[in-house]
Amino acid sequence: MNKILTTISVAVVFLLSLANANAGSLTVYTAIEAEDLKRYAATFNEDHPDIEINWVRDSTGIVTAKLLAEKNNPQADIIWGLAGTSLMLMKGEGMFEPYSPKGIEKLDPKFRDGDEPASWTGIDAWVAAVCVNTVEMAKHGFSMPSSWEDLTKPEYEGHVAMPNPNSSGTGFLDVSSWLQIFGEDGGWDFMDRLHKNISHYTHSGSKPCKQAAAGEVPIGVSFAFRGARSKAKGAPIEIIVPSEGVGWEMEANAIIKGTDNLEDAKTLADWAITQKAMEMYNEAYAVVGMPGVAKPVEHFPPGLLDAMIKNDFEFAATNRKSILAEWQKRYDSKSEPKS
Amino acid sequence: MKKSKDDYLTIFFISIIGIYIFIALAFPMYAIFSKSVENKDGIFIGFENYQSYFSNPALVYSIYNSLFISIITMVITITLAFVFAYALTKSCMIGKSVFRSIAMIPILVPSLLSGISLIYLFGKQGIFRELMMGYEIYGPIGIIIAEVFYTFPHALLIIITALSIGDARLYEAAKVLRSKSIRTFFTVTLPSAKYGVISAAFVVFTLVITDFGIPKVIGGQFNVLAVDVYKQVIGQQNFEMGAVVSVVLIFPALLAFAVDRIVQRKQVAILTSRSVVHEPNKNKKFDLIMLMYCSIISVFILTIIGMCLYASLVTFWPYNLSLSLTNYQFDLMDGGGWDSYYNSIRMACYTAFFGTIVVFTGAYFVEKSRSIKTGRSILHLLSMMPMAIPGLVLGLAYIFFFNHPDNPLNFIYGTMAILVICTITHFYTVSHLTALTSLKQIDNEFEHVSSSLKQPFYKTFFRVTVPISLPAIFEIGIYFFVNAMTTVSAVVFLYSSKTNLASVAVLNMDDAGDIAPAAAMGMMIFYTNAAVRIIYVLVTKKILVRFQKWRTKTV
Repeated sequence: MNKILTTISVAVVFLLSLANANAGSLTVYTAIEAEDLKRYAATFNEDHPDIEINWVRDSTGIVTAKLLAEKNNPQADIIWGLAGTSLMLMKGEGMFEPYSPKGIEKLDPKFRDGDEPASWTGIDAWVAAVCVNTVEMAKHGFSMPSSWEDLTKPEYEGHVAMPNPNSSGTGFLDVSSWLQIFGEDGGWDFMDRLHKNISHYTHSGSKPCKQAAAGEVPIGVSFAFRGARSKAKGAPIEIIVPSEGVGWEMEANAIIKGTDNLEDAKTLADWAITQKAMEMYNEAYAVVGMPGVAKPVEHFPPGLLDAMIKNDFEFAATNRKSILAEWQKRYDSKSEPKS
Repeated sequence: MKKSKDDYLTIFFISIIGIYIFIALAFPMYAIFSKSVENKDGIFIGFENYQSYFSNPALVYSIYNSLFISIITMVITITLAFVFAYALTKSCMIGKSVFRSIAMIPILVPSLLSGISLIYLFGKQGIFRELMMGYEIYGPIGIIIAEVFYTFPHALLIIITALSIGDARLYEAAKVLRSKSIRTFFTVTLPSAKYGVISAAFVVFTLVITDFGIPKVIGGQFNVLAVDVYKQVIGQQNFEMGAVVSVVLIFPALLAFAVDRIVQRKQVAILTSRSVVHEPNKNKKFDLIMLMYCSIISVFILTIIGMCLYASLVTFWPYNLSLSLTNYQFDLMDGGGWDSYYNSIRMACYTAFFGTIVVFTGAYFVEKSRSIKTGRSILHLLSMMPMAIPGLVLGLAYIFFFNHPDNPLNFIYGTMAILVICTITHFYTVSHLTALTSLKQIDNEFEHVSSSLKQPFYKTFFRVTVPISLPAIFEIGIYFFVNAMTTVSAVVFLYSSKTNLASVAVLNMDDAGDIAPAAAMGMMIFYTNAAVRIIYVLVTKKILVRFQKWRTKTV
């Protein structure tokens, strides 16, 4: 009998030991590209080795939805690198612990919350772009597009992929920028025509570019950084900057109200806008929150920075919900019967 | 009658395992049903969620899509598997054991790996894309091919069992009566295998309708129920609607489960103690045809796996075909990195260890304890339940139950423990049945003798039952291990940043467009499972020789 009891108690203790939680660590929600997460955490740990970072990463829309769903029982301590429009929306829901990190005054005013103390701080910006596979284009005998309008040309029917704005931050910045570039009615009209050419809407913002890089689709609406990475890997792609201008979005940080590790969260918030951090972001992002730091990034298309539109984040943030609902109503039903 | 110490101990253990199943299955299922009739703020709103579900044409269309692919896959898989099983049991072709091993390969990989392979074979840059003749692999065609691959071994195992119990005396009678072989097939073979085929058909149907990995990877814009659950929950964090779709998904699965149970009961009755095992006769022409058939199927299976192996080693498909290990640098990809692989191995080991203990002990009490009749049958009924619950639904139910702030077990949420518990529960029934079958073979005299010698039951358990049942115990352990490595559906809602799993990483890498690394991670799972199986065969051979010597002596 004793043997059995010992076995059982060992098993219970064992199971409990699997379930213990860690102290001195931060649960960080993010939408930063996966390949950068280890590097970011390692650089942070050079200065703060005692704080362990546990990443929870997904596409922008997913992380946003997750945070909103967990509003009453938050699991995250801090957000590091999520779309600014999402953060503005959540600020309105009262989900953040207002805190102005040390050195916030050094940031470009566009990259920080106007309130005092600030609820969020921007770190970098990512910019829309179109990845075009030159090999596949030549195979089909297509001409290269040079503008958003070109993407609606009938010859591209079924050859364009773009991210679903409901789950992807890139998808949302595309849609919100088209509504700003072409105006409300013109924007939806453009998307109606673009929809005819779309082969599929992806869940992630990087997938269209990765698919273009692999030749699964000739044209992928994505963002410049992703295109530059794929090009560096040897993919036969051109990164097109549409002539009407390109949407962009900042990535920003905020501390979650109710975190049980406020001290460490503040330490991270401070560190994440230091010059060292900005230089770290600059390895992949051409635009960072602190003016004067950024150096040109390899493989980025020329003229990209000039093409960035004067983005009205306020418009995008306040109308996020209705824009997404309208988009879903119009285009998310590709699976419906064709009757 | 006064209860003995043994009886109390038995009641104690039956209760513990009963409570476990209640916590791990019954309560979470209640949670999902109640969630489906609540609004976001947790207020009861009756069937409003269901109304809005059935008024959304896109979601309802998923029901048709799900039924469509499930039925087509069922027909194709059962036909293919039946002929294959027929070849293995009723022909004298060469290489039977090789064919059998090849046919089992799909069990060792996550279901969605076949979808990934099809993209490389028939996608826009696929090797054989011309064979598609302009049709898209993304959609029902791709889903059905991949599902056939995935369900084939499951159907095959059941049909082989059904065919091998065909009574040789009937075949003899048919021969004496000069029945033509086709007639024998329809009057002897088919009727005796009938129940096995029906059972296999429902298993395939349930597997397909509840699988979401394959339609997610290769379904394109073709929506199915299982993917809808995933989209609602992960994509839009709409848990109530996820619960509604889950409940809708349970119905076909429950129906299939019920039919299967009825059929299984009849199947047992065919095999009597006087049955003689039928040995096939040589027939050159027939054996050759069967050999060719099995070769074609095997080539198909090997092509799918081989394509994944190749794709995982190609540096940059399709523009740089030089071979390298770039795609195995998981730490640079979306999805969890090498940590997720090690997590999977840990999870699989824990699941195999604890799962085997719980299942075998439970089955022992169901089969061997002489007292407490009602307790035993309740326990048996509870042990059969998990089979009816799709993994995806179980996982979602765990969120509702364990993440509830008032649940004292809330602390296991987001840990390895919840993944282990969920996986054990998900694969409980088949293990339970394996254990029961093995225990039934042990004569109850052992218990009678030991009890008249006034020995407590646990002595008999450890000294007789466990050593005799070692083959079954290992079988259960390996079953848990392999399934814990490949399962996606049960754990996709439950992993956290610290407990990411390899199988989930395959899904997430594909989602982010990193298809080659997804194939590479899928292959890691395959290598691991294959290695474990090989070690298992070697080890059991050694151990069995020691522990099972008595079996061979009697023969």
